[in-house]
Amino acid sequence: MDHFARLGLPAALDLEPAALDRVYFALQRQWHPDRFVGRPPEERSKASSEAAALNDAYRTLKDPLSRAFYFANLKGIEMPTDGKTIDDPDLLMEAMEAREALHDAETAQAVEALAAQARQDIQCALGSLGSLFLANDGAVIRKTLLRLRYLDKFAEEARARHTNLERVKA
Amino acid sequence: MSLLEIHEPGETPLPHAGEAPLAVGIDLGTTNSVVAIARDGVPAALHDETGKSLVPSVVAYPAAGGVLVGDDARTLTAAEPRNVVASIKRLMGRGAADLHTVGGVLPYEIEPGSGQTDMVKLRIGGKPRSPVEISAEILKALRARAESALEKPVERAVITVPAYFDDAARTATRDAARVAGLEVLRLVNEPTAAALAYGLDKGSEGLYAVYDLGGGTFDFSLLRLEKGVFQVLATGGDTALGGDDFDRLIAERMLADRKRDGLADQVDEGAVKSALALARQMKEQLSDRDKTSGRLELSGTPSFHTLARDEFEAMIEPFIARTLDIARNVLVDAGMGAGDVQGVVLVGGSTRLPLVRAQVAAMIGKPALTDIDPDEVVALGAALQAEALTGGSDTLLLDVTPLSLGLETMGGIVEKIVPRNTPIPVQLAQEFTTYQDGQNAMAIQVVQGEREMVADCRSLARFELSGIPPMVAGAARIRVTFAVDADGLLTVSAEERTTGVAQRIEVKPSYGLSHDDMADMLYDSLDNAEADVNLRLLTEARVEANRTLLALDAALAKDGALLEPAERAELDGARERLQQTVAADSRDEINAAAEALETLSKPFAERRMDRGIREALSGLSVSELESRVGE
Repeated sequence: MDHFARLGLPAALDLEPAALDRVYFALQRQWHPDRFVGRPPEERSKASSEAAALNDAYRTLKDPLSRAFYFANLKGIEMPTDGKTIDDPDLLMEAMEAREALHDAETAQAVEALAAQARQDIQCALGSLGSLFLANDGAVIRKTLLRLRYLDKFAEEARARHTNLERVKA
Repeated sequence: MSLLEIHEPGETPLPHAGEAPLAVGIDLGTTNSVVAIARDGVPAALHDETGKSLVPSVVAYPAAGGVLVGDDARTLTAAEPRNVVASIKRLMGRGAADLHTVGGVLPYEIEPGSGQTDMVKLRIGGKPRSPVEISAEILKALRARAESALEKPVERAVITVPAYFDDAARTATRDAARVAGLEVLRLVNEPTAAALAYGLDKGSEGLYAVYDLGGGTFDFSLLRLEKGVFQVLATGGDTALGGDDFDRLIAERMLADRKRDGLADQVDEGAVKSALALARQMKEQLSDRDKTSGRLELSGTPSFHTLARDEFEAMIEPFIARTLDIARNVLVDAGMGAGDVQGVVLVGGSTRLPLVRAQVAAMIGKPALTDIDPDEVVALGAALQAEALTGGSDTLLLDVTPLSLGLETMGGIVEKIVPRNTPIPVQLAQEFTTYQDGQNAMAIQVVQGEREMVADCRSLARFELSGIPPMVAGAARIRVTFAVDADGLLTVSAEERTTGVAQRIEVKPSYGLSHDDMADMLYDSLDNAEADVNLRLLTEARVEANRTLLALDAALAKDGALLEPAERAELDGARERLQQTVAADSRDEINAAAEALETLSKPFAERRMDRGIREALSGLSVSELESRVGE
């Protein structure tokens, strides 16, 4: 059973967060191990694996980025494993320039500006995925997802850098 | 498991026919423990005859025989210090290298040979005793209190643990309950229990933070609440940061004062315990006074000590700063800002300190919720959950795993399987393969922590998957599954998928961690790890340097005449330099200045020795000794 089916949701790229929470909470009310204290071991074990599967589904679908990757995978788009080198020259250039900018950014404000730009780029790229999936353009989808993976990492790094700078200031 | 044989199942009386056995909530705290029961959704802490709900987490094994717990045990501290043990929670699942000294002396006697690769054992009343069995005595006393208050047998409990407790400490807690004859319905994280006690789900939807600074541990959790659902979004903490550390600083100061005043103390386990007990009292008084004083009597010689609140606050500031750093990281992990938080719940006795209240309120920018007694709130929440688990309820607690879980891959790199803040229970798997032709076995090392290298994380277990049929490198498909249950406990299994050679193990942690390993492991984020570790090391270097300065001042006050004016000037110069670096932010500079001072003061220390002053040992050499102990 795929994660969408487990939560009783149609497999789709776009998902209303409140709707996801609603079905997740309802199913956890049914299956969470806390509901099975004192029940026979086989029932408890069943509940535990149901609850675990729900948590896996929820956490995969909650984050728009991981949902996009999961959805692409369901659609048969193969992604290279994490940590492989970037084979897209445009992306490589973008990554190098951004990294340099992050390296040179000295103030929390400058780092935050880079992080905000990355977040905006992520939203933009995520927004473009819908029509790409409609057009079923596997190569462009793959390229976009790889860029998203990179942007996410970059935003994370910028965030950590920002936290550190704030701390030094405090 | 040999621990379980200590308690015969037959010892517990059977419940009366037709009566549902009662389930209580227990907060097994570092300093105090509380047992509570909830009926019809109303929790109440159970009191003793004198109306006290707090049971000091102190256990004594008197020379006369028997076991004492709580106030009775604490009373024995002065007469039989070696037979009394406090703050045992800090040793749950820990190794010998994780322990803190006071004046170079541990407030415990370690059983020789223990705590290297296993949990540390103490030697009390001439016998080795493990933290698990000592904690079990506290649980037995709480159980007895509950049974006498309720006039019914009690054999099931929800027990709370710090959210940031790792697998070893959680397992140890569950084992202690078993030794005490209690069935653990659930291990619940302390901040989550506190949120439950506040009933925050009722009519107060939104995001809440719980700041829990207890006697020995710190937790910070962010919860999202809506009707009946408590969803933990992220959690972080430090299982070796709490009010105990503040006591330690005050005790160190008093011992240094005595040295300065020329008292020739033999600083032993008993002296340390007495100093810590007084330090705790003085700390508590400073919550509603600006200044306090105390009388410390060691080997028949009294000394008088005063402490002003602002002095005390300056001493603990680095610790509070660290809690706020952790809190900020948790907010970042949850993708939230302080402005998103609707309120913050304060839990734990240490949140009574005005400095803590002020700084937390300033960070969150919202009023702190303090209307439930911070010492009781966790037990009350645990009692509510105990009732919910046995009687049914609409409340749903969705908690997360506090630390990432993974395994070792090539080159000592950690492959994370379950990232921190993953909702539990959860089961996640990953496939690995062989790297040599014909390889027939694979060693699997399970680790917990946020760092990238295995050596920097806590090793939980190591096992071997054997009998892999001969294949070319990369052909085998080995699936390793990590299952974390609702108590936060991990089970790892591995299987060779082409032939189905399954091996299943329950993680039995190995506790052999050095202090540095532990410090490294406790830091939340990979990206912040380095900065965090540096901060911690800086704090430690400062504490160490201050200790050296105090020791030097004491020695100079007493034996300054032993120095030529030129020597004295040189020493004063080095002292000044160290003092200056302490105020700055470079650990290397502090250490260099401290080392320079120590070197320069060696002849002085030797002269003091030569003159036959034995207490010279308690001057500079103590800090040297300590720094060696600390390594």
